[in-house]
Amino acid sequence: MGTPLDLFAAASPEGAWTVAEVTRRARAVIEAGLMPLWVKGEVSGFKAYGSGHWYFTLRDKVAQLRCVMWSRDNERLPAPPNDGMEVFAFAFPTVWEERGEFRLTVRHLLSTEAGGLWQVAFEKAKRSLERDGLLDPARKRPLPPLPRRIAVVTSPDGAAFRDIAAVLERRWPADLVLVPTRVQGEGADRELCAALALLSRIPRLDLAIVGRGGGSKEDLWTFNNERVARAVAAVPVPVVSAIGHEIDVTLCDLVADLRAPTPSAAAVAATPDRNELSLKLERFAHALVRALRAPTRHAGERLERAGDRLGAGVSRTLERASARMAEGGARLDALSPLRVLSRGYAVARDRSGAVLRTVAQFPAGLAFRLRVRDGEIAARAGEQ
Amino acid sequence: MAEASGGGAGGQFAQDLERLEQIVRRLEGEDIDLDEALRLFEEGVERLRAARERLGAAELRVRQVLADQAGKLRLEDLDR
Repeated sequence: MGTPLDLFAAASPEGAWTVAEVTRRARAVIEAGLMPLWVKGEVSGFKAYGSGHWYFTLRDKVAQLRCVMWSRDNERLPAPPNDGMEVFAFAFPTVWEERGEFRLTVRHLLSTEAGGLWQVAFEKAKRSLERDGLLDPARKRPLPPLPRRIAVVTSPDGAAFRDIAAVLERRWPADLVLVPTRVQGEGADRELCAALALLSRIPRLDLAIVGRGGGSKEDLWTFNNERVARAVAAVPVPVVSAIGHEIDVTLCDLVADLRAPTPSAAAVAATPDRNELSLKLERFAHALVRALRAPTRHAGERLERAGDRLGAGVSRTLERASARMAEGGARLDALSPLRVLSRGYAVARDRSGAVLRTVAQFPAGLAFRLRVRDGEIAARAGEQ
Repeated sequence: MAEASGGGAGGQFAQDLERLEQIVRRLEGEDIDLDEALRLFEEGVERLRAARERLGAAELRVRQVLADQAGKLRLEDLDR
């Protein structure tokens, strides 16, 4: 009995402290005695309030600590931690006087898991985009084969725009429009959203490329921002993403209609090659000539059969015409088959103007008309 | 002019290509008569000429979007 009384002798009931005095003193002692420190533990009981402040507990196998992280500190983080996540917290130990509670004021938080809080934020945003169907492969639009006006949403200072312009210069000289925006750093996400929203107001736009010329992995974050990804999804024309990072796929890449590894690759994917188109035109030229040969040959054969009855002279003319046509068909530019035809070609028609194609259409004595280069002649079929 | 050719290379050029494809397909068909074949051939030659010209004349044009204070958009040529 004696010992406790001795301890209390230092203060009499008359000199009793108020609760507030005790907590204030305790707070002063703790704040003076425990400097800001890094604490390692597992997050539990996480709760974010409407004010933006976060409350949670850090624990290990034997103890736990109440923690608060004010909104001004936590808004620098990509995402709140999940319960059960191992973290490092940089914190100021203190006493919350109103509750008489010992706790940590957390200023910074790092996850020890792969990718950390960035990965948490990424997965969370991805799930949200998925819920809204924005990652559905069926949403992806085909790129226009021959785009006329192409917008590039990127930094005016970066290499991305220059690279794209250089590719288009030799490949597909379109109408290229830069929509300048910052792509990294504080506030870049808002600027990028505004630039993407602007695309819907550019008249006659066929395609957009959004990206950057490269940079650190941390700087990718702007393109992993959920609002930016949603802004990409809302662009009214097909979008090619060119975030300049081979390994990491950003949310913008997932939402874009096509993902290209670099801005140059995006420009190539988005446009046809002018030289290939030239070759295609030449193939058309040959196809035209080839295609015309069949109907002219058939018509020639039909006329030849009819010609047997018209006389050998006409037949010879037709033979010559056929031969010339075959020559002419070989080279479109050198010799138009039209000109060849005009040298000795004829078409037989009956009185109503219908083309006569078969022997059966030429009964003996039939009056018909032959059309040649400079007019028509009246003719009559001989005896079969 | 750059826009006419750059823009034209995409727009009118696309129509020319499409029409050429139609023409060749039709010419290769079985049931075509000579008059139609000649007419299509002639059109095909004309389309080819126009498409070649457009492709050759196309020029890259580079501009930047600027918004004025009222939020109105303007396209301004960029020096490269």
